Amino acid sequence: MEAAAGGLCGSGPPLLLSEGEQQCYSELFARCAGASGGGPGPGPPEAARAAPGATTAAAGPVADLFRASQLPAETLHQITELCGAKRVGYFGLTQFYVALKLIAAAQSGLPVRIESIKCELPLPRFMMSKTDAEIRFGNTAELHGTKVQIPYLITEKNTFKRIDDEDKQETQSPSMSPLASPPSSPPHYQRVPLSHGYSKLRSSTEQMHSAPYEARQPLVPPEGPSSGGPGAKPPRHQASLIRSFSVERELQDNSTSYPDEPWRITEEQREYYVNQFRSLQPDPSSFISGSVAKNFFTKSKLSIPELSYIWELSDADCDGALTLPEFCAAFHLIVARKNGYPLPEGLPPTLQPEYLQAAFPKPKWECALFDSYSESVPANQQPRDLNRMEKLSIKDMADFPVPTQDVTGDDKQALKSATDEALPKDMSEDSATPKDSNSLKARPRSRSYSSTSIEEAMKRGEDPPTPPPRPQKTHSRASSLDLNKVFQPSVPASKSGLLPPPPALPPRPCPSQSEQASEAEVHPQLNRAPSQAAESSPTKKEIAYSQPPSKPIRRKFRPENQATENQEPSTIVSGPAPVATVKTHPAVQKQSSKQKKAIQTAIRKNKEANAVLARLNSELQQQLKEVHQERIALENQLEQLRPVTVL
Amino acid sequence: MNYPLYIRSVPTENELKFHYMVHTSLDVVDEKISAMGKALVDQRELYLGLLYPTEDYKVYGYVTNSKVKFVMVVDSSNTALRDNEIRSMFRKLHNSYTDVMCNPFYNPGDRIQSRAFDGMVTSMMIQVC
Repeated sequence: MEAAAGGLCGSGPPLLLSEGEQQCYSELFARCAGASGGGPGPGPPEAARAAPGATTAAAGPVADLFRASQLPAETLHQITELCGAKRVGYFGLTQFYVALKLIAAAQSGLPVRIESIKCELPLPRFMMSKTDAEIRFGNTAELHGTKVQIPYLITEKNTFKRIDDEDKQETQSPSMSPLASPPSSPPHYQRVPLSHGYSKLRSSTEQMHSAPYEARQPLVPPEGPSSGGPGAKPPRHQASLIRSFSVERELQDNSTSYPDEPWRITEEQREYYVNQFRSLQPDPSSFISGSVAKNFFTKSKLSIPELSYIWELSDADCDGALTLPEFCAAFHLIVARKNGYPLPEGLPPTLQPEYLQAAFPKPKWECALFDSYSESVPANQQPRDLNRMEKLSIKDMADFPVPTQDVTGDDKQALKSATDEALPKDMSEDSATPKDSNSLKARPRSRSYSSTSIEEAMKRGEDPPTPPPRPQKTHSRASSLDLNKVFQPSVPASKSGLLPPPPALPPRPCPSQSEQASEAEVHPQLNRAPSQAAESSPTKKEIAYSQPPSKPIRRKFRPENQATENQEPSTIVSGPAPVATVKTHPAVQKQSSKQKKAIQTAIRKNKEANAVLARLNSELQQQLKEVHQERIALENQLEQLRPVTVL
Repeated sequence: MNYPLYIRSVPTENELKFHYMVHTSLDVVDEKISAMGKALVDQRELYLGLLYPTEDYKVYGYVTNSKVKFVMVVDSSNTALRDNEIRSMFRKLHNSYTDVMCNPFYNPGDRIQSRAFDGMVTSMMIQVC
């Protein structure tokens, strides 16, 4: 078979291809020829042999392929000449095969001569560009290497440029170990497999690749095991693999728009980071405080200035806490740094929080708490026009009378995300996404109903609050909780306490009707008060709700309360307010015990913090004294040395 | 008590002279703070204004609520600089300083090595000179 292929074209020397090479080359040829319409596609070698003149590989893909072999341009020219393509003017089957052989020879270090192709050569190695599916033909040594690099190379769809840093990557797995228990294992391997399949055919490294190959199977329509691979099967197999490659390529299209590959987070990495986040902070939509993050990242054994710089890069809103995207970015930077990448000057676009949310919508939410609340909301809903939404939300933020200048940027994020929902009235997908919690669905729907500016203002006032169901310590919280309970039954299957606004609104089919509007006003106002109060807790950076001391919350609540009253155009507030308080009494007692415990834990933690700070203080005082003495000594010296001047 | 967290001068010759001027002006700052009296701490303005003029330079001061002092020495020939510009510069400094503080890896009292802070200061100084 092989000899026949070589001997077909009388012009070239007889080519001796091994079985594996045969498969490789014909697949490559098919790929290149596919671009020139009318190519045989993954036609079996027999067909190609039958009509040598008709099947030519288009120059474009061929040139790309040759460039992907990473040989110098000179060598490639030589190869092109030698293989006869220049002579005949096109890349026929034979020319192509000869060229591939020569490439393999060149890569193995042999001189580019016709004689070299007579030797037994490994497969040529190509680092494909994005335009082709990623194929890495490698010899066994390389495959061994790549297997070790699992944490990074697992989904190679994104490692186009990373391949350039192959050496660095090989050190990745050992250095990853202190930080990570890599989700290793061949079954995760999904991309290198084309070569695995072929190497299986080559029968040299069967065991190692059988596992990845099996993993590959689900992606590939079952073509039967690759063992043996008689003539008809491999081409079909090639076809299916090519198909699946292109499918995967398309899937990744929206994420391959950035050139900075080392800074892209793959799925595997993303999952790992999310798990780590969860271990530090069970609520994926909340944030990790600075001290917790510091302890965690210090374990990576990077130097403090570097960690400090990484934090600076990743904490985009400078609030001293890391949300999930920020955490992933920081983690990724740390991992990259540990593997030898220099830290970038600025946060790469693929690590920006907005990008991370859009690109990787989180699969599941553990608690419905912040579902409708945090910036995870846009991620939950399909990756949509986040930019547009954010711009709109920024505009909207100006309308907010509610103080958004709290030190914690979480407030802003909450408001932003909340207003995101207020704005996209035309985003019909809001209500369509099944993943959203009911509150999410309800709120956007309600937005779409509103047409009067008053109601819009009111709803905007509702938006920021999205309170968590945590028991609050202040009186305001008590009232809020009860109202939550009041409205909760009307909202099915929602655990969060922040649903008050949506249930109130559906009864209004047409917002222009004033009676109904006023009725609706009452509810949102009621809800606004509690929800804002509840929101004050998420504005705290602390993870545990028990942490924030009660005073700041009260302080925050009052201005918000005043703000809400300012907001309201009508005087209905006073009416519902007493009603609300009456209802709250029963709920208060239930919450008081919880609150007590919360307060006690908070007290304990504060005491510990105090102790630490006191110690720090005493140390600093000592330092201070020493430095003061030094200063006095220096000043004396100066006095002696300087001439007297009038200052 | 009064060790520098961050010093920068543009251009860089005569740097030591500027260091010295800043150091001596700290006394003036302390004087101004204490002059307000403890009862007025909350009402005290953060911006202290012109601390004292020499024939060549003007020195402006600003102090944060945590007693971190910012001192700015400006060439007297730079008459284009108005008071509100100085105020805005101090405000920017204060905001950047807050951002630096938010970094958990920053220990208060360390020298400030934040690149963002550096960048902000450089851009500000280039703007003025």
